[in-house]
Amino acid sequence: MNTTLLLVQALNGLQFGVLLFLVAAGLTLVFGVMDFINLAHGVQYMVGAYLGAALAAMTGSFWLGLLLALPAALVFGLLLEWLVFRHLYARDHLSQVLATFGVILFLNEGVKAVFGAAPLQMPVPEALSGGVPIMEGLLYPTYRLAILAAGLLSAGLLWFLVERTRAGMLVRAGASNAPMLGALGVDVNRLFMLVFGFGAMLAGFAGVMAAPILSVEPGMGDNLLILAFVVIVIGGIGSVRGAFIAALLVGLVETIGRAMLPDLMRLMLDPSAARQTGAALASMLVYVVMAVILAVRPAGLFPVRR
Amino acid sequence: MASLPLLTRRATLGTGAALLATPALAQGGAPIKVGLVAVQTGPQAALGTQLRDGWTLGLRQLNNQLGGRPVETLVIDDELRPDVAVTKVRAALERDRVDFVVGVVFSNILQAIMRPVTEANTFLISTNAGPSTFAGRGCNPYFFTTSYNNDQVHSVMGQAAQDEGYRRVFLMTPNYQAGRDAMAGFKSRFRGEVVDEIYVPLNQLDFSAELARIASARPDAVFTFMPGGLGVNLVRQYRQAGLANIPFLSTFTVDEATLPAQGEAALGFFAGANWAPNMDNEPNKRFVREFEAAFNYVPATYAAQSYDAANLLNSAVRRVNGNLSDKNALRQAIEAADFQSVRGPFRFGTNHYPVQDFWLCRVARRPDGKFQTETVRRVLEANVDPWAGECRMPARL
Repeated sequence: MNTTLLLVQALNGLQFGVLLFLVAAGLTLVFGVMDFINLAHGVQYMVGAYLGAALAAMTGSFWLGLLLALPAALVFGLLLEWLVFRHLYARDHLSQVLATFGVILFLNEGVKAVFGAAPLQMPVPEALSGGVPIMEGLLYPTYRLAILAAGLLSAGLLWFLVERTRAGMLVRAGASNAPMLGALGVDVNRLFMLVFGFGAMLAGFAGVMAAPILSVEPGMGDNLLILAFVVIVIGGIGSVRGAFIAALLVGLVETIGRAMLPDLMRLMLDPSAARQTGAALASMLVYVVMAVILAVRPAGLFPVRR
Repeated sequence: MASLPLLTRRATLGTGAALLATPALAQGGAPIKVGLVAVQTGPQAALGTQLRDGWTLGLRQLNNQLGGRPVETLVIDDELRPDVAVTKVRAALERDRVDFVVGVVFSNILQAIMRPVTEANTFLISTNAGPSTFAGRGCNPYFFTTSYNNDQVHSVMGQAAQDEGYRRVFLMTPNYQAGRDAMAGFKSRFRGEVVDEIYVPLNQLDFSAELARIASARPDAVFTFMPGGLGVNLVRQYRQAGLANIPFLSTFTVDEATLPAQGEAALGFFAGANWAPNMDNEPNKRFVREFEAAFNYVPATYAAQSYDAANLLNSAVRRVNGNLSDKNALRQAIEAADFQSVRGPFRFGTNHYPVQDFWLCRVARRPDGKFQTETVRRVLEANVDPWAGECRMPARL
C-alpha cells in the first residue's frame, strides 16, 4: 500500500469519525448529564434523515430540507422526551434500556408505515455535487468535504457552548452532580429537556448530512448506534471532548483497519484465507481497541470528574 | 369459462345461494388455501412487498381462482427469522390446512421451512430463494422454484465479463455465505485475472476505503453482490467517487426494489437476471402495465417470479381438474409448467429448478422518469443449474 492511498484512507477515516461524532455528541451529553441510557438515539438519527429526505423532496431543495429538518428533529426529540423519556429518569438503567429499545422497534416500524420499506433517496445538493481529484482515477466528493467541515464546525460550536457559556456551565455541573445543581436553584428538569432536545437535533443533523451518501431506510440508525456507544465509552461518558477524540479514533481505526488488515494478513496466510480473516478481524478491531483502552483507563480517555 | 366471472361475483356476495353454487363449480367446494411467506418487517420488507404484490396481481387477473377453484391467501410474515418462519408455517399447515406454501425471499428462511412443509406432503413453491442445497442432492419432489439457482445469476456476470473481454476484474461482496457463493459463481465462468477480492461486513455503511482500493487497482471492471441497503450505499458512493467509468457488474444490487433510492447514480450499471421489465412478450407487457397501475411502482424479479407462480399453480390445478388429493398427479401437473411465463420460454429441470435464459441487463431511465433494468443481450440460453446432475428425484411420491 502506497502513501497516497494511506493518506486517502486517513481522510476517509476522519470523515467517518466526524459523522460518528455528530451522533455520539448528543448521546454522551444525555448519558453524562442525565445518567440516562437512550438507545433510541439511533432512531433519532434515522428520523432526522427521513425528515430531511421528505422535506427536501417536498421543497425541491436540499438546503430548505436541511433547514426545516433541524427544528422538526428538535420538536420530535422534545415530543419523545415529554411522552416517554421524562417518566424514566428516576428509574434504573434496565427500565431505560427496555423502554428506549421499545421506542426503537416502534419508530423503525413507524417510518416504514409512513414512508414505506424501500430506501429513500436524498440528492446531493447541486453546489456540492462535484469532486476533487485526490489520486489517479478517484474523486473525493465535495459533499464529503462539506460533511467534514460541518462536523468540525459543530464540534467547535459545541466546545464553545459547553466550555464558554452559562448554559454549558450548568450542563457540566449537571454531569458532575445533578442533585447539588438542583439544590442551588437550577431547574434541572428544564435543563435536562434542553440537553435532550439539543442532542436529538444533533442526531437529526447527522442524519440529514448522511442521507445523500448513505441509504435512508428503516433501521439505518441501529448500526451507527453501536459505534456511537463505543465512542462515548472510549471517550469517557459525558465528555464532549472525549467523544470528539474517540469518534475520530474509531473512524480511523475502522477505515484503516478495513483497508490494511487483509494485506497484513497476507504476509502470514494464503490470499483467500487472508482476505476472509482480514475482513473478520477488521470488523472486530474497533472493539479490540475499546477493550484495550478500557483495560488501561476504565473511565475512558477523558473521564468526567465526579 | 364465460360463466366464471358470474360465479365469482356470486361467491363474493357470501350469501347462502352463493355458497350453494360453489360445490357445483369444483370438487370439494372449499377454497384452495395458500400460505404466502413474504417478509413484511425489517429493512428487507420492500422485497417481501414486491413478492406479495406479484402474487396478488396474478390471482386478481385469475379472478382470485386457481384452475377454477376460489383461493384464500394467508400472508405469513417470516420477519426474516427462521424460528418465527417455522412456527408460523407449522401453524398454517396444521391449523389452517394450507394446500400450498408459496413465496420466500431469503434462502435461510427457505432452509428452515423446507422440512416442515415437504414432510407434511405439501407442495412448496419458492418464488425467489434458490439455494444450491435443494438443487443437487437435497432436491425434493414436493419442492419447486420459479426463480433460479443463486449460482446461475452470479455465473451470468462471470460469462458476461468473459464475453466483454475484461482481463482484470475486482470482486467485492459481503462477508457471509451468499457473498462467498457469489464470488465462486462469478469465478466459475470468468477466466481472466481477479485483481483483488474484498469482503465487507454485512452492516457496512461507508465504502470509501474500498473505493480507494478499487481506484488504485485500476481494474477493467468491478463485480459485486450487495443486496438491499448495502447496494444503495455502494452505488451512490461509487458514482460520487468518480469510478463510474469502470464498468459496474452486479447481481441483486441494482434492481427495481433499490433503484428508486439509487436513481441516476445507477444509470448504466449492469446486472445479471432471468427477467427484466422491458422484455418484449405479451404476458410480460400485460404484467408490467397492470402491476404499475395497481401498485404504482416498477416490479422487480421478486414480483415477476411470484406472478409466474400464480399462473403456474393455476395451470396445474386446472390440469388435475381441481382435485388436489392425488399428489402424484398434482406433481406431474406442476412439472408440466403449462403456462406462459413473463420471461418467455420456461420449463422445469429434473430438480424442479427452471431451465431458462439469463440476461445481461443495464439500468436505464424510462420516458416517464422512472428507472428500470433493461435487457442488453442473452448471455446464457436454456441454462441448467450446475447442481441438477446430482439430484436423484424419486419417480413417485
